Amino acid sequence: MELDDAWGALRRGPLRMARTTWAVRAWWYLVGSSLIGLLALLVALTLLALGMLTAPVLVGIPLLFALPLVAVAVAHRERRRLRLLQPGHETPADPRALPASPRAWWRDRGAYRPTAREVGFTVLLATFGWLVDLIVAANLAVVLGASLASPVLAHYDSVVVLGPWELTSAAEALPFALIAVPVTWVLGGYLLTALAAAQASLTRLLLTTSEQELARRVGELRASRLELVDAFEVERKRIERDLHDGVQQRLVALSMTLGQAELDIDDGPGAETVQRAQEQVREALAELRTTIRGIHPRVLIDLGLEAAVREIADRMPTPSSVHLDVPRSTPAAEAAGYFVVSEALTNVVRHSGARQVEITGAAGAGTLSLIVRDDGVGGADPRHGSGLVGLQHRLDALGGTLEIASPHGGPTEVRMRCPWPAP
Amino acid sequence: MPVARTVSAPLRIVVAEDFALLREGLVGILERAGHTVLAAVDTAEGLLAFVRHDPPDVVITDVRMPPGHSDEGLRAAAAIRAAHPDVAILVLSQYVADAYLDALLEAEGPGGTGYLLKERVGHVREFLDSLDRVARGGLVVDPDVVRQLLTRRRDAGPLAALTEREREVLSLMAEGRTNSSIAEALVVSEAAVRKHVGNIFAKLDLAPDSDRRVSAVLAWLRG
Repeated sequence: MELDDAWGALRRGPLRMARTTWAVRAWWYLVGSSLIGLLALLVALTLLALGMLTAPVLVGIPLLFALPLVAVAVAHRERRRLRLLQPGHETPADPRALPASPRAWWRDRGAYRPTAREVGFTVLLATFGWLVDLIVAANLAVVLGASLASPVLAHYDSVVVLGPWELTSAAEALPFALIAVPVTWVLGGYLLTALAAAQASLTRLLLTTSEQELARRVGELRASRLELVDAFEVERKRIERDLHDGVQQRLVALSMTLGQAELDIDDGPGAETVQRAQEQVREALAELRTTIRGIHPRVLIDLGLEAAVREIADRMPTPSSVHLDVPRSTPAAEAAGYFVVSEALTNVVRHSGARQVEITGAAGAGTLSLIVRDDGVGGADPRHGSGLVGLQHRLDALGGTLEIASPHGGPTEVRMRCPWPAP
Repeated sequence: MPVARTVSAPLRIVVAEDFALLREGLVGILERAGHTVLAAVDTAEGLLAFVRHDPPDVVITDVRMPPGHSDEGLRAAAAIRAAHPDVAILVLSQYVADAYLDALLEAEGPGGTGYLLKERVGHVREFLDSLDRVARGGLVVDPDVVRQLLTRRRDAGPLAALTEREREVLSLMAEGRTNSSIAEALVVSEAAVRKHVGNIFAKLDLAPDSDRRVSAVLAWLRG
């Protein structure tokens, strides 16, 4: 949406902006700022004076300590007031909570220190910022009010002087008011809104801390990485589906056609050739199935992690026991779990010399914990050419973790934790 | 010699498979083998509707079918078993999954039951043999499924006590083969197979000569 802040309204030009209430908001914003700035100045001066006077009798010490709180309070107020001119933007967060009571403040007073930018902003507003705001806001109000009231004033009063114009009667003032009011509203309102918008942008710049900015960008990065992992998973599923519903079905159909030929021809060299072709189809299907399994196994899509893990566990030469009790989750999470088990089991078979593997896992409170444990020789180092490193990155993107504990002499334990949202 | 002439009893069959090429291939094989294909449909609903109006001898169905492409075929099979217990059901699947086997064994009834990988259909002789056994009320399980079950129980004590030959016999038995079929596959006499079967039942502590020896063996393997 275009009009999510005052700048958007300004960009549409004075005439179109004049048909909205933005000038009123901007005026109200400036009045607020000037009052806050003035109040801050008075409070700060009072604290300073009282504190210095009473410091010898110790009462003044807490008063002087409270001085920085003025900046904290001003920053807090001004952050919230940004909504007035930037309703479409997020309000910057306070770097700290406000103290609940004077006692709480005194106990943790170190925690309520304002940032250098907050102090600078407050000084700016309390010294001359409030004055500028007040002059501009008051000026516009007076000029607009006087122009509006000029016919009445000229009627009852004698002479109304507005800048270079002197109006002596209502008849003279009426055409003046008819021209001056709209002009003031359009041009004055536009300039005032421009000042207010500039001030709001400066406020946002000074009162958004760099850590918040960094945190926001880290959040964005994490989100985009997650999107990437999801997109990757969608693509893998698409390839799997193409192979599964396309190539694999066609090979099976080919095998059936060969089967029909087998029924049609008598025993002999012809039949032997057909049978050899059948054998080749069988091998092609076996190879295709292995490929599909490495991409995104169908049993994982259809029946979930538990069934898919049982299937790989059953296929491997090392005896295994599977204790899994997990509900269905998102494709990305299920795939991560599946490939961790698959990679861990591959390592068990290749390197560990284990005689027994145990796969345990459970999902609770939105998190999956999964452990693959073998009784092999241990000493596995995930940094040396293991697919587990890639999986670590993948899990990281999902907000999960992967740990490998493999002391020399065994046992090796691969532990995975991963957010497990409902599908 | 073409197999078509050796088929004992022509069966009345309904086929449900959503992929046209496979449906045609399946129908082609069945008809060449001398069976009658009453209907070839592409949805579980179509299958149920047809069976309701004219129950066949055997239903051959894919697991995954429109609209959901999950386990529509299996659910249709369970519904048919409940309504027409005598109709034999042969389920074809793209891959091996325990959940499918469990669902099928639960639905065991007087009509035969079978669970085969789709690609077995191409091996016509074995496929037609499996079909005959299912039609006669037998239980037929894909060799891959049996292999997985055996791998899983490999660490279990009694299985380790079996000889290599006894293990082979056990696998074939779990697939649902008869003694004569096992004897043929292993090129031994039927008497030898009977002896092996006796040993296996003793070692696994199963009741000998049970009527449902296939399900007994499968139940033992599934632990």
